[in-house]
Amino acid sequence: MATAAPAVAMRGIRKRFGAVAANDGADLTVARASVHGIVGENGAGKSTLMSILYGLIGADSGSIEVDGAAVQIRHSRDAMQFGIGMVHQHFMLVETFSALDNVLLGAEPGWHLPGARAQARVQLQALMRDSGLQVRLDAMVEDLPVGERQRLEILKALYRGARILILDEPTAVLTPQETDQLFVTLRQLRARGTTILLITHKLREIMALTDAVTVMRAGRVVLDCATADTTMDALAQAMVGRRVQLGRGAAAAAAPYGAPLLQAEHLRWRDAAGVTRLGDVSLTLHAGEIVGIAGVSGNGQSELLDALAGLLQPDAGELQLAGRRFTPARWLDPSTARDLALAHVPEDRQLRGLVLPFVAWESAVLGYHARPRYDRRGWMRHGAMLADAIVMMDRYDVRPRDARIRSGQFSGGNQQKLVLAREAMPEPRVLLVGQPTRGVDIGAIEFIHGRLRAMRDAGGAILVVSSELDEILALADRVLVMNRGRISGELPIDACTEGALGRLMGDAGAADAAFAQGAPA
Amino acid sequence: MDDVAVGTLIASTLRVSTPLILCALAACLSERSGVIDLGLEGKMLLTAFAAGAAAAVIGSLPLAMALAVVVGVALSMLHGYACVSHRGDQVVMGMAITMTAAGLTVVLGIAWFHQGGQTPALPDAVRLAPWFTASADFLRDAPTGLRALATGLLGHNGMVYVALLLVPAVWWLLARTRFGLRLRAAGENPAMVDAAGVSVQALRYGALALNGVLCALAGCYLVLAQNPSFIPHMTAGRGYMALAAMIFGKWQPLGALLACLLFGFLDAAAIRLQGAPLPLIGAVPVQAIQALPYVLTVVLLAGFIGRARAPKALGVPYAKTH
Amino acid sequence: MSSGHELPRWLDLGVLPLFNLALALLVCGIVVLVIGLDPGQVLSLLAKGAFGSRMGISYTLYYATTFVFTGLAVAVAFHGGLFNIGGEGQAMLGGIGTALVALALADHWPAWLVLPLMTLAAAAFGLAWAAVPAALQAWRGSHVVITTIMFNFIASALLSWLLINVLKEPGNMTVESRSFGPGAHVPAVHEVLGALGIEWPRSPLNLSVLLAAASAALVYLLVWRTRPGYMLRAVGFAPEAARYAGIGPRAQVMFSMMLSGAFAGLVGINEVAGVHGRLLLDYVVGAGFAGIAVSLIGRNHPVGIVLASLLFGALYQGGAELAFEIPGFSRDMVFTLQGLIVLFSGAMAQVAAPTLARAWFAIERRLAPRPAHG
Repeated sequence: MATAAPAVAMRGIRKRFGAVAANDGADLTVARASVHGIVGENGAGKSTLMSILYGLIGADSGSIEVDGAAVQIRHSRDAMQFGIGMVHQHFMLVETFSALDNVLLGAEPGWHLPGARAQARVQLQALMRDSGLQVRLDAMVEDLPVGERQRLEILKALYRGARILILDEPTAVLTPQETDQLFVTLRQLRARGTTILLITHKLREIMALTDAVTVMRAGRVVLDCATADTTMDALAQAMVGRRVQLGRGAAAAAAPYGAPLLQAEHLRWRDAAGVTRLGDVSLTLHAGEIVGIAGVSGNGQSELLDALAGLLQPDAGELQLAGRRFTPARWLDPSTARDLALAHVPEDRQLRGLVLPFVAWESAVLGYHARPRYDRRGWMRHGAMLADAIVMMDRYDVRPRDARIRSGQFSGGNQQKLVLAREAMPEPRVLLVGQPTRGVDIGAIEFIHGRLRAMRDAGGAILVVSSELDEILALADRVLVMNRGRISGELPIDACTEGALGRLMGDAGAADAAFAQGAPA
Repeated sequence: MDDVAVGTLIASTLRVSTPLILCALAACLSERSGVIDLGLEGKMLLTAFAAGAAAAVIGSLPLAMALAVVVGVALSMLHGYACVSHRGDQVVMGMAITMTAAGLTVVLGIAWFHQGGQTPALPDAVRLAPWFTASADFLRDAPTGLRALATGLLGHNGMVYVALLLVPAVWWLLARTRFGLRLRAAGENPAMVDAAGVSVQALRYGALALNGVLCALAGCYLVLAQNPSFIPHMTAGRGYMALAAMIFGKWQPLGALLACLLFGFLDAAAIRLQGAPLPLIGAVPVQAIQALPYVLTVVLLAGFIGRARAPKALGVPYAKTH
Repeated sequence: MSSGHELPRWLDLGVLPLFNLALALLVCGIVVLVIGLDPGQVLSLLAKGAFGSRMGISYTLYYATTFVFTGLAVAVAFHGGLFNIGGEGQAMLGGIGTALVALALADHWPAWLVLPLMTLAAAAFGLAWAAVPAALQAWRGSHVVITTIMFNFIASALLSWLLINVLKEPGNMTVESRSFGPGAHVPAVHEVLGALGIEWPRSPLNLSVLLAAASAALVYLLVWRTRPGYMLRAVGFAPEAARYAGIGPRAQVMFSMMLSGAFAGLVGINEVAGVHGRLLLDYVVGAGFAGIAVSLIGRNHPVGIVLASLLFGALYQGGAELAFEIPGFSRDMVFTLQGLIVLFSGAMAQVAAPTLARAWFAIERRLAPRPAHG
């Protein structure tokens, strides 16, 4: 076994998206019949690397070998041919079909369906016995719990002859019980010779399950070893890296906090599929502070922002804002929020922050269009809208400085500045910001950060959600880390070391086992 | 009501329902693959005109039907070009086909046959002949129930039976073949079909081709069986009624059949019921019965009599992401 | 959403519709050739019939009036992100509303009182007919396209029942109501001009043409200059952004559809009150669908709609004249062209756009001065 060729060997993979090097000379070697973990934060390059392996995107340069033979993978069909299968984070299933039909689709052994089903059933039952996977083949997918749907996806890959299985953040939507079940399944698959690549940011899982681990950061591999030879701390440090410069100036003494402006208590919310997205979240925002929420995307940050902004009604919990109490029976709504001097820069500026076909001066009043300044008994005051838009564009250096251009024609950075300018204009007391500099060029990033600090210094309370740890560290006075819908920990900025943050983000121990939220029906 | 009346009612129902059934099946195939089809009316009209004109000029029944099929498939392919290959709005395209066909059939009819848009009356030799007439005659002296059934079910032209047979055929295609499985998946989750390596476009075009053939059969029925010739606007909204029936039948072939029979029955019974007082309600105006299929469809769509679940990807153009 | 290859606004709004119209005319021209006529001759006779005489112009404007109403109806709903195909039915209900008020009041009350009430009734009935599908969409998720089509048929049955069972004069064979009293008389343009001393040929053109013009202006102001219009467009363009801005989607669905139905209902004033003076079965006949074509090629903008309505009015009037002049030509050619316009301006509207964009950028590059490089 020691001299057997590795199942997968990727060498020197490079891939650029515009100016960003998603993969910058990444190497990966995966031994056969092992579970190999690939760890990193958002943007580290692990998803890109795996997408290249599965043929979803093409690398700019580099080579791939499968079982020792050099291969060209241009399409996922090629990958499947070489025995590579992938289970995505978002399942590709037809909900109104049975599990069996979902496995069959595209790989049916024959045109007559009953015959094909019978044939496939025999094969699948053998596969399920072999691998220990249990899936009710005749149940409709919409009746299956999330864990079983995932097993179905694995079964789909195995049915098509996958000997190398890529799993992308598989435990993101699973309960702890389902996660344990998945681990059992993966161990059984490994026992029968399947090679498994596990993309995850959860260090606890890495230590529990994998044989080898590769840590990626900024498009490169920074650590690559056998799991037995490393520790969670080492992984956490490698993941976060020595970037914790606290680039805020050592002299910036922590100013005393002001009065609490927003208080959220015990927010809970389950989505339509029954998955808990917010599991007892409480936080307080004080005047004159920036609170950063770190953590890998998808752990409830977006839902938290939406709940605080009035776009999502939680199942339980309470919100206190500007002297008013909100409960799920009568939750906050966006208009009321704005009336109470709460502003919101949404994570997705193109979908929510702007109406792209509107010209800039129309987008500049989105959310504030009913204010007397812009609305005189039903008539929109175009003059005031235009004037204010120009002021906004001046203050926030939006280019080109033409308020008559359509919102969709500005670059990403300028769109973001426009949205921020609009939300900052009425001098809100509380500002919620999601991904403030996603897709924004360097110059604009500095500018936006400067503006946020200025608002904080003027007494505002700012909540920043970002998947860029650098940004959180640069801006925040306090850092909260969200994991699996809960706040796994809080650290004042001075205490944010690589290890501490990495552990919190990697779900390496702080998350409680008593997280017994109901599994989906 | 004596058994002859019952039998005649059954017969009328079947005759009226036949074009509805064919069009509803056509819509079923198209919509299950994810493409909205509002052009049923127009396709039925133009294929009817093609059949009537061809039959009058060439004098051959098979050729007339073949031409109708060509026209029907061509229109469906046009629908596909605009909506599947490009991202044209499916609703608008369907309306465009219907509006254009409505005008074009009359324009060509007047220009070619000079009878105010009608095609010449066709001799029986070129029309669809009734089947099972001998058995119908034979059963004329049978006991009551059987006589009603015989009058109702026998002696129709071939297309009626073809339409009834096509219902299980389409069901079988959708439920029991690989093509049907893939077609249904394309209407629910085209991204998944694409990821599995199957062409969504090919599936939708395939569904549209069958859709064109079925609409053509409906058109043929109108001109070669029901009426002696093509008359301007002879479809009179049947295309939309077929769409309503398909929706009422919850996008299933069997459900569509039952709905078509119901709507056909209402149509056949409307005239009979005019003025005749019903228990409890009194005299029901004929217009109420005429409106009933549409009212029922609205009630179903509003979710008051069970949920009608359209294919999830219906009406959404699919563009490959890589 | 945008890229460097977005068409400049003037191309998008000015040239593309004309291009699509040209395509439709081209195909129509082929049909004309196929039936053995000369497209050039047809076109010139059509133009003459529509604009060559004062009578022709009057008829053109009269037809255009109805199309402006139904076109505005489609456009208003479209700005809210909805496709209202129910113009036919809403127009029918508008006529019913007009007639009911007229029959109740016009015998004894003066015109200056009755006419405004009739107008309100026409709008209200059309509004109500659109409100039901709107509510079903907003609260039950029923697809507004299907429900409005169904409601067209239900309206037709309702009108038929009303005329035959309730409003028909006993002893009269034709299916129509009795004539309205003097209070319901919408002054005809030739009457008004005659009172001013200008001689004008008799035609159905009546003062609702002014109502149509006012409606177009109203829609422009409403959609682009008022807060309700701002909210409407926000929801139509970007429902998620609208929700973020605190704009409730349900209210907007109701608002846009009801306003849409109200405009469609005004057809009743032009046709039922202005021309026929009684309620009939077939005063709508295709106006709703023509409105769809008008709105599509008019790019959902009041100015475009007015121009497109004039075009269609000219086609209808020219077509009627042609039907006299050329044996074998019927109005259905206009319906065919209408369908072709919906085809090219609606369904295939964007097929031509990329080609046009590429051509434009190629031209632009050729004409641009060479930049000075450092």
